[in-house]
Formats: sequence, C-alpha cells, structure tokens
Amino acid sequence: MGNQESLHLVAPIWNLGTSGIRGLSSAVTPEGSQRKGRMLLQFLTDRFYDVEAVRQYLFQKQVSKVHKENRSSTGIKKQYGPYIAGAYFVLKQGGAIKFQGKEWIRSTEHGYSPRQLLSFQAVPIEAVDASDCAINYEGLDNLLALKELQSLLLQRCPHVDDWCLSRLHQLANSLQELSLAGCPRISERGLACLHHLQNLRRLDISDLPAVSNPGLTQILVEEMLPRCEVLGAEWAQGLKLGPEQQSGDTASPIPA
Amino acid sequence: MFRGALWLLAGRGCVGRGLSTRSGGSTPDWTEKVSEIKKKIQSALPGGSWDPLYDTSHLPPEHSDVVIVGGGVLGLSVAYWLKRLEKPRGAIKVLVVDRDHTYSQASTGLSVGGIRQQFSLPENIQLSLFSVDFLRNINVRAVKFPLVELGLHCSLYTLILTNIHTGTRVSLRQEGAKVCLMSPEQLQNKFPWINTDGVALASYGLEGEGWFDPWCLLQGLRRKVQSLGVLFCQGEVTRFSTSSSRMQTSSGNEVTMKRIHEVHVKMDHSLEYQPVECALVINAAGAWSGQVAELAGIGKGPPGTLEGTRLPVEPRKRYVYFWHCPEGPGLETPFMADTSGAYFRREGLGHNYVGGCSPTEEEEPDPGNLEVDHDFFQDKVWPHLAHRVPAFQSLKVRSAWAGYYDYNTFDQNGVVGPHPLVVNMYFATGFSGHGLQQAPAVGRAVAEMVLKGQFQTIDLSSLLFSRFYLGEKVEERNII
Repeated sequence: MGNQESLHLVAPIWNLGTSGIRGLSSAVTPEGSQRKGRMLLQFLTDRFYDVEAVRQYLFQKQVSKVHKENRSSTGIKKQYGPYIAGAYFVLKQGGAIKFQGKEWIRSTEHGYSPRQLLSFQAVPIEAVDASDCAINYEGLDNLLALKELQSLLLQRCPHVDDWCLSRLHQLANSLQELSLAGCPRISERGLACLHHLQNLRRLDISDLPAVSNPGLTQILVEEMLPRCEVLGAEWAQGLKLGPEQQSGDTASPIPA
Repeated sequence: MFRGALWLLAGRGCVGRGLSTRSGGSTPDWTEKVSEIKKKIQSALPGGSWDPLYDTSHLPPEHSDVVIVGGGVLGLSVAYWLKRLEKPRGAIKVLVVDRDHTYSQASTGLSVGGIRQQFSLPENIQLSLFSVDFLRNINVRAVKFPLVELGLHCSLYTLILTNIHTGTRVSLRQEGAKVCLMSPEQLQNKFPWINTDGVALASYGLEGEGWFDPWCLLQGLRRKVQSLGVLFCQGEVTRFSTSSSRMQTSSGNEVTMKRIHEVHVKMDHSLEYQPVECALVINAAGAWSGQVAELAGIGKGPPGTLEGTRLPVEPRKRYVYFWHCPEGPGLETPFMADTSGAYFRREGLGHNYVGGCSPTEEEEPDPGNLEVDHDFFQDKVWPHLAHRVPAFQSLKVRSAWAGYYDYNTFDQNGVVGPHPLVVNMYFATGFSGHGLQQAPAVGRAVAEMVLKGQFQTIDLSSLLFSRFYLGEKVEERNII
C-alpha cells in the first residue's frame, strides 16, 4: 500500500510541512465521475442482495488484509529484542527507520538486508517514518515498545485513527516530533489525547480532513501543548468575511 | 347474419357513448374508482398486508421467537447479538417492542455518555473493557455501520477519590484496564486549573475511557439490527399470558413455575392490541422494568419467598446541565468526577461543558415527570464545581434536561439472566447509570445465555436475579 516515491524523501524538512500535503485533499474527496460511480454502486447495493454480499466480502477481505499486515511478530521480539522487531515491522510495511547514530534505512525495491539489521540488536531506534503505511491500532504495539523513539511520522496513514492516538501516551517520555499530516481518520477528539506528550516539540496537524474546525483546533492544541510548535492550519482558515467587508475587499486575497 | 349482429352492437355502442357524452359525463368519479380498485388489488396481491376485515400492517406479527420489551440501547444490543450468534442465519425471529419510537423519555438518548473501566467489581470492569473494544471496531464490523461517528474521547476520565482504594487498583490492573494513580502534586502539574484541596488521590484512565454520543450508537444499532432482520413495533406491553405448573424441588418444597405464552402489545392511543405468541421474553425496559416484571407476576407472593421477591428496579430522576464558561479548561479536559459526586465533561470546542451530580437518598426528586429543577444546580452542583475548578465560578447555564436511571435499589448493579421461576423471562436491566457503557457486553452475555444456556465470554453469574432472594449484595463502590 505504500507510495514508493514519497519514501525517497530525505529526513523531512519542517518548513515544507504545510505545503507538501496539499495534493492529498483530492484523493480524499472523489472527483465528479468517481462520485457518480460510487452513487451508482450504493444504489445497486441498496436494492440487490448479491451486490451487497459481494461488497461485504470485498470489504472483509480488505479488513483482514490490513489485519494480517499488522500482526505482531512475537517470535522476533523474543529472539532479537524490541528494536529489531519494530524495525522489521516498519520495513515490512514500507516505511523507514533510523537507528541512533546511523543513517536512515528504508525498504527499497531491492529489499533490505536482514543481516544488516541484526548487527543493530542493542541500538535503540530514534526515528520512524511510517508515512503511507497500513499501520493500525494493533500494529502500533510494535512501535510502542521503542522507548527511545524521538520522531514519529505518520503522514497520510489511512488506518491511523483517534484510538491509535490514545495509545501514544506510552511514548510520552521520549517523543519530541510527531507528524499526523493528511491522515483521513483523525479528528479533534484524537488530538485531545495528545496532551500526555509533554516532551513534544514539533507537531504537524495540517490537512486533516476529519477535523471540523481546523483553525479553532489549532488554537486549542497550541494552548494544550504550550512548549510545542504546532504546524497546521492557519487560524483564519474556515473564517468567512462579514458581509460589509466582502464587497470591498476583493483586491487583497486572504492568506489561506 | 354475422355482419348484421356486428352492426347492431356497434350501433348500440355508438348510441350508448353518444348518450353519455350528451348528458355531461361522469369522468372524475371514474378515475377515483379506478384508483380505489387499483389499491385494493395491490393489497390483495402477495406481499401486501391484506386482511379480509381490516388493515393490520401497523400491528406486530402474531408469532415471534423472542420478544424484547424495550428498544433502548440494551434491548437493541441483545437483538444485535442474538442475530450475530444465531446458527444458522435467520433462524430466530426477534421482535423489539418499544412504547415510544421517538425515545423522548428513554435513558439512552438523555445520557451524558461517559465510559470508564474504573469500577470496583471485576465483572463491571470486564463489561466495560468489552464494550470499549466493541465501540472501537464498530465501523469495521460490517458495511452497514458506517455512520456511527461515535466521537469517543479516549483516555480522559479522572475519578477523584478521598479514600485510597488500593484494592480497586489491583483489580483494575489484573483485568487489563490502563489506569494510573496520581498524587495531588502530580494532578496539579498535569491540570493546573484544578484546585487539589481535599484530594488524597486521583485515578486517571489512560486508554479506553472517555465519552461518546449515545444517540449515534442507538441509531447505528437500530439500523444495523433492522438490516439483520429484526422487527420493530411501537406499542406498550400490557399483559403476559402465562401458564403455571407445580413442581417439587429436590428437597421436597413445592414451587410454582410459570411460562409466558403470549405478550399483549397495545397500540398507541387506541384499545387495539395484538397477542404475540412467543418463546422468550427479554425485559430490557430500563426504568420501567419493575412494572413489566410485575405484569409477569414476579413479586406477587408471600414476602420472603422466591415468588414474593420483586425486581427492585425503579426510575430515579437525574438532572444534566449544560453550561458555558469562557475561562474554563481546554481541549485536555477529562470527564471528571469529583469527591463530592459532581461530575462534568467538555462538550465540543467552544468551552461548553455538560455535567451534574447524583442527589443523596433524602433529596431524590419525584420521578413522575422529567421537569428540571434549576435550584438543584445552584445549591448542590455549582458550589462543588467552583471549589474544584476555580474558573467555574463564572459560568452560565445554557440549558438542562432530566433523564431516568434504571436504579437498582438493592445494590445498584445490573440484573442479567433468567428468572428462576418465570422460566422464559430474561433480564437485561437495572444498571443504575452505567447501562449505556456496558450495553454491548451485556447484550452479548444475554444472547449467549439464551442461545447456549451459559455465559461464555464474561461470567456474570453473580448478577443473576437469585441474589435478591438470597440477599447477596454485589456492591459497586464507584457509582456516579
């Protein structure tokens, strides 16, 4: 499920955070013809049992596929320790990891070399880039065992939702950087759970389609985490001009 | 000769037509008659509800395997699990009877919607844990649950205790609930807006606690259950037709066992009723379960015997207030329950809060109606809130409502399982304020009891009806 191009990013540069994810919004709301197709499919599902059964079967298949990918590898954890298990899990999903003092290791087309990993058995992992991975609530077990994790990137993960955020409190001691940009299932209710992360210094919550009031949420999150730099929506986003200002102010555009 | 006859007929037809057009025509009556005849034919065809004497489409069916009295979240949960666990699919016909389809007085919709695992009884903890898992996976279970946007705020439920319940903490950890205990200093660091005066200990739920929208759950369950084939009926249960038989116990005592054969469902605003023949009745009527149990004859006997033990569930009125406080705590506000019994939680993003307090036994309001007493807030709730959160000294109450607890006067814990004498009545009621958060698990327990004869997932044998007769109280210390 990974988008192969985005993996070749260098370690993310924070001032590109807001603009880079803008292209995702078209993927979340389907365009005209796609929407008509979905409406037709829904129409058929409501009227024919066979169509409904096929849809349900495909849905269950999708769900079990995600479930299988997120199975925890307890054997590896017992033999090699939590760091190798976490690294194996992330690389299997298509992400990238960075051991302390080493370079980024990412799963490329050639695959990674397991022998290379085994030499890092006692080295803690300090950064995980799980962008575009199909990681979910159960799969997060592998990441929560990494007690020295400082940076976690979960950009555009389709299955990371509010419940996953509630589990992140286990990383509160070490986590300094968190990016949730573009995750379609995260809402302001999940963001409220982030106040456990008192060591957090950088938080990216831009482009979250399920958040109802991006500007207001940004302000509330900034108040909740006073020592953290929160990147996200501009506070003026979502505000509309009053009627008397609207007619006169066509020349200067509002910063969006 | 043939041609002659034809001419004659044509001629007469022409004459007939000519006569009618000349007289002015009866075409409007004719179209009405045609539409009436069409309606009659449609109702007589297979699939239409045609009764030679009158229309019965609004009445419940004449036979049903299981009749669930009460269509709130507990009743719907039982219906859902019955349909999920039945083998083969479609084997059991389930009918849910509710007096009011608008749920205007039902406890579910009026509930504040909190969910927590911080109980002292292990069964309660297990029930809540199961329910949280159910809510987490609710959208994954089937394509038809998609619109249940529960809005659960995880990990934000604090219970402030003055007595140190270390026993409670041990059992919570054993069951797998993630709760941490905080000293007053830690509490002050975490939430600077709290006044920790008088607090000895705070227990804070880290995961799986919070609140959700109960109406969303109710509607989602209702839609899912309808798609699984459960029938709904709006009506009131007025009578159970039972038959009794005298049996002897192993020690030689005589007992009268009863069996319910028919449930009389009366329609709204009319004397019409339908006797529904059924195999089982599930009493999930919430605050009115006591009355429904009395209809089945539970409690009608000499006091002190099993026949004379009534279901001790009665409605108790509770107030909920909604206020706005611009200086109040922000996004990290948990569902907070104070030492004095007052509780509140955040609602939305605009510094609005919802909360209330359970009155003491002497101050119990009259449960006859759902009128709100605003003086109760002024005298009993606000002082405690303002003491605990100083910012709440300046707040403005925007609205308030009242709802019923299905209060179990015996030990404030739920009643689950069959009645020992009325053999086909099962209970799923009496949860006294924590029914909503345990509903999915209780539904599964009752469905397992019905289909398999024993509890399989969670053992709730300590919550059976027989404890009322034996006098074994199963008390819960953390009641809000």
